[in-house]
Amino acid sequence: MTIAVLAVQGDFAEHEAMLAELGAQVFEIRERADLDRPFDGLVLPGGESTVQGKLLRELGLFEPIRGKILAGTPVFGTCAGLILLAKRLSNDDNVYFDVLPVTVRRNAYGRQLGSFYAEEEFKGIGKIPMTFIRAPYIESAADDVDILASVDGNIVAARKDNVLGISFHPEVDRDLSVHRYFLDMIRGRE
Amino acid sequence: MDNRYELNKNLAQMLKGGVIMDVTTPEQARIAQEAGACAVMALERIPADIRAAGGVSRMSDPAMIKGIQEAVSIPVMAKCRIGHFVEAQLLEAIEIDYIDESEVLSPADDKYHIDKTQFKVPFVCGAKDLGEALRRINEGASMIRTKGEPGTGDVVQAVRHMRMMQSEIRRLVSMREDELFDAAKLLQVPYDLVKYVHENGKLPVVNFAAGGVATPADAALMMQLGAEGVFVGSGIFKSGNPAKRAAAIVKAVTNYTDAKLIAQLSENLGEAMVGINEQEIELLMAERGK
Repeated sequence: MTIAVLAVQGDFAEHEAMLAELGAQVFEIRERADLDRPFDGLVLPGGESTVQGKLLRELGLFEPIRGKILAGTPVFGTCAGLILLAKRLSNDDNVYFDVLPVTVRRNAYGRQLGSFYAEEEFKGIGKIPMTFIRAPYIESAADDVDILASVDGNIVAARKDNVLGISFHPEVDRDLSVHRYFLDMIRGRE
Repeated sequence: MDNRYELNKNLAQMLKGGVIMDVTTPEQARIAQEAGACAVMALERIPADIRAAGGVSRMSDPAMIKGIQEAVSIPVMAKCRIGHFVEAQLLEAIEIDYIDESEVLSPADDKYHIDKTQFKVPFVCGAKDLGEALRRINEGASMIRTKGEPGTGDVVQAVRHMRMMQSEIRRLVSMREDELFDAAKLLQVPYDLVKYVHENGKLPVVNFAAGGVATPADAALMMQLGAEGVFVGSGIFKSGNPAKRAAAIVKAVTNYTDAKLIAQLSENLGEAMVGINEQEIELLMAERGK
C-alpha cells in the first residue's frame, strides 16, 4: 500500500515514520509533479493551516488533491489537516477542501498554554493517547458524519466515507492505532 | 518526561518546514501571515536596527506584543534577555506561544541562562555548536536555532553553526558506546543527552536556522545543511519588497532542493537588505551566552 503525505509544511516526517512502521510505502507531496505518482491514501499533517492552505494553492496542488478526495481517495487529516478538510470554520473566513461536512473552531483551546494531553475513547479502537497542540475542535457535524471521539463534550475525531479528520496528533505519540485504523479504512475493513 | 515539556516540543514540531518572521507592528505581522509565515517573532526593533542603534536592548513593550497577538492567528513568539527570568515571566503572563531567550538583546546575566524547566511556555534558544545546544536543552529549551549573526544579512555564521552541529552529531553517532562518557565530559553536557544523539542522529528537539538569512537561496541552503525550518529577521522588512520576498522564502523552504523553482522565486525580488560583512561587525552577538 502506498500513502502520499502532504509535505509543504508541518510534522509530515512523524506521520511518515508511523506509516512506514506499519508497513506502508510512503512518499512526499511537495509540488505538482509529485501527484503523478499513484497512491492509495493521502495524509494531511499537523502544522499551520494558513501556511499549508496558501502553499497548496500557489504550488498548484489544491485542485488536483481536492479532485482526488472527491473521487474517493481516502484522506486522513490531523489538526491543521482537519481544518483543511472542513466545510466551514467558525472563526476564520477561509475554506479549503470542503470535503468533511463539519464546522471547526481554530485554536479552540487558546494559545500554547492551552495545549494539553488526554486519554480518551476512540470508536472502534478503545482508549488512546491524544495530544492537542493549539488544537481546533469540531463544533458541529452533519447528521451523516460518524463521530469517532469527543473530549470534554467537544468532537475531536470524525469521519464521513473516505474522509477522516481529527483535531489531535497521534503522530507525535507512540500509539499507532489511529494510523492503523486509516490503513484499514483504505483496505475497506473499517 | 514532564507532560508540558513534551507539549512544548510538539509545538516546535508543528512549525517544521516553515518560516518564522520578525515583525515590529501588527501590520507587518499580517503581511507575514499572508506571505505564509508559520509563526512571527514580535519585537520593537528588528536586529539590524538594534545593531545600528546600539545601547542596551530589552524585552519589547507587552502592549506592542499583545497588538501582534491580536492581529494574527499563527503562533506569536517574543524575545527576552539571556538570564532575565522576570522578562520571561512577563511573557508567560501575557500567554506568548514561544519565548526566545535571545543573544540579540543585551544579556542580563553573563553566567546563568534561565532555568526554563520552571516555565509552562516553551523556549527556543540559540546555539553555535552541539555543546551549547545540549546545554540549553538540559536547561529546558524545547527548540534550538543557530546563532547566526542577526541583523547583518550575512549567512556565513548560521552556516558555520549548522555545519558544526551536524558534524558533531555525526561524530557522536559514529562513536563506540563506551566513548560517549568522555564525549559528554568534553561537551559539558549530561550523558543521557549524548546517548540520545548517538542513538537518534539528531537533537532531541527541533533545530531551526537563524541569523543572516536574506534570500530564498540562503533559506534553501540552510535547509539543505540540515535545518528543519528557518527564522528570517531583518532580511524581510529591511528589503525592497517584503511581501514578495517573504512569500518566496516560504516556498523555497518547502521545496528546498528544487533549484529550478528557487531560481524562479528569486527573480525580481527587488533589493535585498544591504548587509554587513562579518569582518565589519564590532559586536558579535553570537558570543553572548555559551
